[in-house]
Amino acid sequence: MINYIPREFDIVRDRERCIDCGCCVRQCGFDCHYFDDDGKTVVADSTRCVACHRCVDLCPTGALSIRKHVCDYKDNANWTPRIQQEICRQAATGGVLLSAMGNPREYPIYWDKILLNASQVTNPSIDPLREPMEIRTILGRKPEKLTAVKKGKSQTEMPPQVMLETPIMFSAMSFGSISLNAQKTLAIAAKNLGTLFNTGEGGLHPELSDWSDYAVVQVASGRFGVHKEYLNNSKFIEIKIGQGAKPGIGGHLPGEKVTVEVSNARMIPEGSDAISPAPHHDIYSIEDLRQLIWSLKQATNNEKPISVKIAAVHNIAAIASGVARAGADIVVIDGYRGGTGAAPTRIRDNVGIPIELALAAADQRLRDESIRSRVSLVAAGSFRCSSDIVKAIALGADACYVASAPLIAMGCHMCQKCNTGICNWGIATQRPELTRRLNPEIAHERVENLINAWNHEIKEIMGGMGINSVDSLRGNRLMLRGIGLSDKELEILGIKHAGE
Amino acid sequence: MTIEAGLMRYEKLNEMIKDELQRKNKVVISNVNGQRYLGCAVDEGKTLELHGTPGNDMACYLNGGKVEVFGNCQDAVGNTMNGGLIIVHGHSGDAMGYGMRDGQIYIQKNVACRGGIHMKEFENMKPVLVIGKNAGSFLGEYMAGGTIVLLGLGLKRNEKLFGTHCASGMHGGKIFVRGSFPKENLSPNIKVSSLTDEDMKELSSYVKKYCRFFGEDYSDIMSKPFKKLSPATSRPYANLYTPN
Repeated sequence: MINYIPREFDIVRDRERCIDCGCCVRQCGFDCHYFDDDGKTVVADSTRCVACHRCVDLCPTGALSIRKHVCDYKDNANWTPRIQQEICRQAATGGVLLSAMGNPREYPIYWDKILLNASQVTNPSIDPLREPMEIRTILGRKPEKLTAVKKGKSQTEMPPQVMLETPIMFSAMSFGSISLNAQKTLAIAAKNLGTLFNTGEGGLHPELSDWSDYAVVQVASGRFGVHKEYLNNSKFIEIKIGQGAKPGIGGHLPGEKVTVEVSNARMIPEGSDAISPAPHHDIYSIEDLRQLIWSLKQATNNEKPISVKIAAVHNIAAIASGVARAGADIVVIDGYRGGTGAAPTRIRDNVGIPIELALAAADQRLRDESIRSRVSLVAAGSFRCSSDIVKAIALGADACYVASAPLIAMGCHMCQKCNTGICNWGIATQRPELTRRLNPEIAHERVENLINAWNHEIKEIMGGMGINSVDSLRGNRLMLRGIGLSDKELEILGIKHAGE
Repeated sequence: MTIEAGLMRYEKLNEMIKDELQRKNKVVISNVNGQRYLGCAVDEGKTLELHGTPGNDMACYLNGGKVEVFGNCQDAVGNTMNGGLIIVHGHSGDAMGYGMRDGQIYIQKNVACRGGIHMKEFENMKPVLVIGKNAGSFLGEYMAGGTIVLLGLGLKRNEKLFGTHCASGMHGGKIFVRGSFPKENLSPNIKVSSLTDEDMKELSSYVKKYCRFFGEDYSDIMSKPFKKLSPATSRPYANLYTPN
């Protein structure tokens, strides 16, 4: 059979270094490496290589490297090799193209076109190593006004609040899309960092019940694993309306990934497809959303904040306003670069808008309508470093959700093959021989290191601005300047151009 | 103990019910006027008797308790129900039993659109939805487990047993239908078969209960033949995608 698509990578083995130990053979879940007919010499079939670097990183003699396979097509700015290859895939199978992780296409990254301010002369900068610097973040609906009796004691009945020691939370990744070890890694890290992880819509595995105080539990359209105990064993509840990687469509965990363990958490039979409908069929309007929000509050005695996660789409500002008015305590906006375990390629790469613009528009709208304090605003959809987070907070976010970054800390190399169910790093897989490669007891330290480093950088940047509390940074767009942006972009972001 | 609901706000009514149920096992509510979430997440051993018209999301997240309604229900009865029993002496609105995982719902008359949508089952948890008359469109959509029984009692000449797109996307569970049904409204991936002995045993236990709750005659109901609707494949979308 003709294979119409050239291979993507070449596995390069330095024969002088290779000792034929077979480590790469054991490590590759895609079966690229194997022993030759002599049973001794290790050789490789590059056609299946995805550049996950598992063999490279584990090779004891450093004999392996991966190179992009060069096979030029005739130049064509329109019919690019990628487009031609995708056509060939569909011609062979008749299937909908399926991809994983976030949108990799060359759209503008506004974080890289926003610059931060620092103090010079007119007010002093602050050294976070030697002076107090507050990044503690409190999420939840804030009361319209406070009433106090004598001695300053508040009489106001506070809606439920959630306290975080950092404005960074781990966003939703279900058990099913990622392994239990990966979820456990995030759970341990969340506890030690004083933040939260998110179960996604896959239910909470009994093994994670010790960390339920650090869990955000999701209620999605499939209602997998949702019951009274699940709702009450959480820090807050998140209604998942949409996801940045695939706004407007449902989820589909194929039966192959529904192992015994996954079936226990989702509460469905082993091996059956777990289909999440595109909409919640009890929500066809903002009024219906209100109904689900209050049903969850009823089921939890009004003790849990209710969050609503929506994908960043064209009318995001109006939608966010509606969600706030529907009674949500927290509104999560997920930008179009947000990750996923699997999404149709065309949806992932073409639907939705950047989180930077969505966040700025939603924050502004909520302010204009004087309802900003009714909700906390959480931004999601690809935060790559601490300065992205500082910029998001200055654009109006109360906190940010990160997922891809902690996965990279665990070993992910962005090969974007999560949808295959094979992950040589033991993250996006349910195969026991692969999941056991990720040891939560070790991996959690790497994730904590990353967030602690980011926390410190956030403090450093804030200190440079002369700001000593994250509350003073929130919505402080004067700290931002655009670089190389059009008037319209600056207007939507609500920031001035550099030099202004 | 009877609570008069009248025009009381649902927040207050539900709080009173919760309070009462902590002390007693049964609470009766009279003159219900569309208050929402009645019987929300009620636990096993507790019973709620409602007279009037309860509002949306009645018995949502029901957790083993029993809710009996003397009147008609609105939308999303038994939403994401985890167990228990709901008996409705009347009819019910859209999206009833959405995502229910266990327990049983008996509706004396008809249900509107998307009844039993995304019902699922797990180990010993097998939800059951019994409908006395007929159902609207999209009955059993995305159905992944459990049993729906559609009796077709008192159907008039121009009324159909179920609306369009019945069992669309169904990939688990079964639907028992009594008498003639509109084949043209069935989704293409659904097969129609006769009931096995085991099916009959299961069905008769539900019908017996229905008769007990609503005073119908068992042998009358069973005198008409039943058919079973089930998914042709448990993986309707297995070949939908191609890795990119």
